[in-house]
Order: sequence, then structure tokens, then C-alpha cells
Amino acid sequence: MAWKFNNDTPIYLQIVEEIKLQIAKGQLKAGEQIPSVRDLAVTAGVNPNTMQKALAELEREGVLYSQRTSGRFVADSSESVTTMRDEMSGKYVGGFVSSMRGLGYTDEGIVAAVERYIKEEQNE
Amino acid sequence: MSNVVEIANLDKSYGKSKVVFEDLNLNLPEGRIIGLLGPNGSGKTTLIKLLAGLLKQEEGTISIAGNPVGVKSKADVAYLPERTYFNEYMRIKQFINMFKDFYQDFDENRAYEMLRLLKLDPNMTFKKLSKGNKEKVQLIMVMSRRAKLYLLDEPIAGVDPAARDYILQTIIKNYDEKATILLSTHLIYDIENILDDVIFIKEGKIILQKDADELREEKGQSVDEVFREVFRCLENV
Repeated sequence: MAWKFNNDTPIYLQIVEEIKLQIAKGQLKAGEQIPSVRDLAVTAGVNPNTMQKALAELEREGVLYSQRTSGRFVADSSESVTTMRDEMSGKYVGGFVSSMRGLGYTDEGIVAAVERYIKEEQNE
Repeated sequence: MSNVVEIANLDKSYGKSKVVFEDLNLNLPEGRIIGLLGPNGSGKTTLIKLLAGLLKQEEGTISIAGNPVGVKSKADVAYLPERTYFNEYMRIKQFINMFKDFYQDFDENRAYEMLRLLKLDPNMTFKKLSKGNKEKVQLIMVMSRRAKLYLLDEPIAGVDPAARDYILQTIIKNYDEKATILLSTHLIYDIENILDDVIFIKEGKIILQKDADELREEKGQSVDEVFREVFRCLENV
């Protein structure tokens, strides 16, 4: 149903992030047509104007492009997908590292903990 | 962007002692979903009733899509009152026929389609519906019109979360891009994602009118949090 939003920050920026995330995850593929503004707005549970603003921003950034008569599409550039994935991964890792530091781990300790976790997972 | 509502120098009181609005000025642009937010007794319902033509001001002017409030403006306004006025013994089908007779812009097919999606039988009498379904049927009637201005007075008060989601979705799906929805509520948290603009009203004064996302950006808070803060501050004065 409706997407989850954190109401402290502008909704349209969160939609921009969410769509980038869907592209980074491969849920939306290059060249794929995205649904209409109205349909996306209903899915996300937001106002069509807000969705319009988010899509315009994504177009401006070159993540989406529109064809006058047939709608909006995901831009066909593997480069931007890679950049987006890097951006996202930077955010996740940043959050993780600062939480680990909060627990008192040294930088070496954090790396060790990650390696240990992956190894244990493989053994399961 | 042109305005669908223009209010200038409006005075409204009930009797001699109870002043609601004094020199109120307010414009509502077209194509927006606007939240009219304020505590109980702040004048939300009075404002909506003035726009619907159910109350008359003492001074000042209100124009809707260029016409003063009256017969012409009523054709452009779809109004959902706070309390139901539907006859409990009528069938849903009969409401549809009634609305079709009253309003040229009523889209019968749209109403039946929405009822079908809700699995509501048009032959049911209003009395037999649950509270949530009563709210939904009334909203369906209002949103099946192709109006320029929708006035929704507390559309989500007292319904469960699933019904609330349905109501919000129905609003988003059915309003025309150029139409404006003025929606009053004090349940801001539930509704703020669908708002373009917010208006804070306190004791008959407009204390804030702003784009919802701009407000979030400026304050780093949700509309709900800003609302709580603003009204707490005022109470301490």
C-alpha cells in the first residue's frame, strides 16, 4: 500500500530517494516506462502535485526522461545506476559505521565484525 | 496560477457577541489540495459553510471561480458536511438519482464504479451501513461530481484506519487537476502526506498559509509537529 514517509522532511525528496532506490535495486529497469503521475500518487498515498514535483526533479537529474506523448521512462544509463548504488551504499555504510562506533568498536573491530558476520552466514 | 476562491474583508459573527471573522482575507489557488487546520472552535466549519453558501457574511466578498456565492457558485462547489444529512431510509441508488437531478456535473458511472469496488449494493438503505461505509458513500457522492471546488469538512473523523486510507485514495484518484480541495481536519498526522498547502486557523485568524513541503523544509518538522507547537505557544500567551 502507501509508501512510508518520514514527515519531518519534504515528501517529494523522499519520493526522489525511493525511486532511485527502486532503480538501484533493479525493481525499475532502464528503459522501463513508469506509471502515470496519478497512479503513482495513489500507490504512494501522496498528492499528485507532490509526485509531479518529484518526477520533475528526477528528470532534471537525468534519472528519468519523458517522451511527450507516451509517458516517462527510466533513463538508459548504467553509469547513473552505479552512481546511485554507490550513493545508497555510502549512506548505509555511514549509518552502520557510526552506530558501531557508538557501541565503542574501533575501526579494525568494525571490519572484523563484518567479516565474522559474513563468514558465519556462509557456514549456515 | 489563478485563484478558485477569493475572500476579501470578510466579517462574520453569530449574533452580536460571537465574532468569528473580522476582516478576513484569503485566496485559494486552483489545482491544490489544501488542509484547513485548526483546533475546535477556530472557525473551520464556519468558513466552509460560508463558501458553500449555507451562511451569509455581514461584510466583505467571497467569489468562487469568479462568481459571488450564490446559485452560480453552487454549481461549481461540491460540499461534504461534517454531519450527515442523508435520509437514513433512502437507498444508495436513490441518492445517486437525487444527485443526478441536482447536479449537472454528477458522473453516475463513476459513483456506481466506486460502489462496486467497495462491494456495496446500491439497493442497500443508508441505515444499514456501518459508520465507515456511511462516510464512504457520502464521499463517493461528493467526489463523483466534476466540481471546481470541493469542501470536505472533517472527512476522516471517526473512521477506522482502513476506511481512512480508502477515503484518502478516493480523494487523490477522483479530483480533477484543476480543481481545488479544501479539507478541514484536526487529525493532521493521518492526512498530511496528501496536502499541497496548509492553512492554520486560530480564533478566526489565518496564522499561516504555506506549501506543506516548504514548511517541512523550513522547520525540519512534520506539519503535525509544527501545528502542535504553534498552537501550544499561542495558548501560553
